[in-house]
Amino acid sequence: MSSEASPAAAAALIETDAVIIGAGPVGLFAVFELGLVDIKAHIIDILDKPGGQCAELYPEKPIYDIPALPTVTGQELTDRLLEQIKPFGAELHLNERVDALKRLPDGRFSLITDAGTEFITKVVVIAAGGGSFTPKRPPLPGIENFEGHSVFYSVRRIEAMRDKKVLIVGGGDSALDWTLALQPVAKSVTLLHRRDDFRAAPHSVEKMRQLVETGDVRLMIGQVSSIEGEGNQLTAATIKGKDGEERIDVDAMLPFFGLTMKLGPVADWGLHLTENLIPVDTEKFETSEQGIFAVGDINTYPGKLKLILSGFHEVALMAQQAHKYVHPEKKLLFQYTTSSSNLQKKLGVS
Amino acid sequence: MPAPLIWKALPRAMPKITFIQPDGSQQAVDSDVGITLMEAAKIHDVPGIDAECGGACACATCHVYVDEPWQDKTGTPNPMEEDMLDFAFDVRDSSRLSCQIKLTPELDGLVVHVPAKQF
Repeated sequence: MSSEASPAAAAALIETDAVIIGAGPVGLFAVFELGLVDIKAHIIDILDKPGGQCAELYPEKPIYDIPALPTVTGQELTDRLLEQIKPFGAELHLNERVDALKRLPDGRFSLITDAGTEFITKVVVIAAGGGSFTPKRPPLPGIENFEGHSVFYSVRRIEAMRDKKVLIVGGGDSALDWTLALQPVAKSVTLLHRRDDFRAAPHSVEKMRQLVETGDVRLMIGQVSSIEGEGNQLTAATIKGKDGEERIDVDAMLPFFGLTMKLGPVADWGLHLTENLIPVDTEKFETSEQGIFAVGDINTYPGKLKLILSGFHEVALMAQQAHKYVHPEKKLLFQYTTSSSNLQKKLGVS
Repeated sequence: MPAPLIWKALPRAMPKITFIQPDGSQQAVDSDVGITLMEAAKIHDVPGIDAECGGACACATCHVYVDEPWQDKTGTPNPMEEDMLDFAFDVRDSSRLSCQIKLTPELDGLVVHVPAKQF
């Protein structure tokens, strides 16, 4: 995956004070708290938008336990946080996953993303929530043998599908968009969905139905019950529909069943883990590695509650310790945003 | 009038729910009224109900199959739940997301099947 994602291996190198992994509400607020103590941060997120679970899982759902906001949706909360952290100009790197994290001989850290970007930073703040969002893998026996060769969760090059018998599974925008995009190049496109009702944009559904009408796309209503192939090459899929089973020839299958959260590469960074969570102390929210902090849903400590408000508290304390590493020569004076002209200047309000 | 008979006919205030695992093993739990079937499963550590999103009808990892005789009482999924079921595996006519079934005294005795896999 990482090699495909870095076609030119652009090898961008970014030096900074802090790198925040995860642009959920807690990661975003970390920019604020770090900013107040003069720490410049970059944020990296695997999703194509900031907000983490708030934006991906429940953008429209009201949240009722954010202090002073009796009700706010996941998207509103994200938008407000983005506005709040604007003065600090943190750069957001979306669609990127941090694959490697290691300490350099000078004590700083190197992080490398799947897009080939390298960050050199003094502190790392892991705010990765439930882990990386990754495509859901249908629990079909043997599917892992075909992944990357004839089963794909995303398409990087349309040409790779030329003259193939493609089976696309799902009923949302991804499934419909790829049906329309691959139909002209593929030998055949079969769209399979469990019901004759699609969540995708109406105009793409309409276009798909036209292609079905003209016989250019085959629409099947049902679910994949098994797949078969040789080595890493898929050859056929059995589809279970209302009227029984049908076996169809398939060269490539694209399942689109949404995203799920997996801890992902965080597990390989040599940090102590407890049941896929990162234990931290409750004074600094620091991990087993000095200079690497973990905040929000991904950390654990006695009494931990996975609440957004807990994460907000955690980043405030984390920033105090981060300051010691980033600006060891400076003494940190505790100040309030209501009265400190110094803080107000940073916020651009004085 | 013999009071015990009337008392027996009334639904229990603590509905009993039976979860049947794919291997046939059963777990019967006494649940509170007003919480969801997913919450009842989590409180009693029923295996196979992941509920990744915590009950926001946003992930389809609390998928269950409602036992046939109970399907009228649990009702049918609303459009949002129906959309979310697209993200579940091996969806059947009896499929529901357990976070969308609120427990009432009328559901005393409810039987649901846990799928082989949430994904």
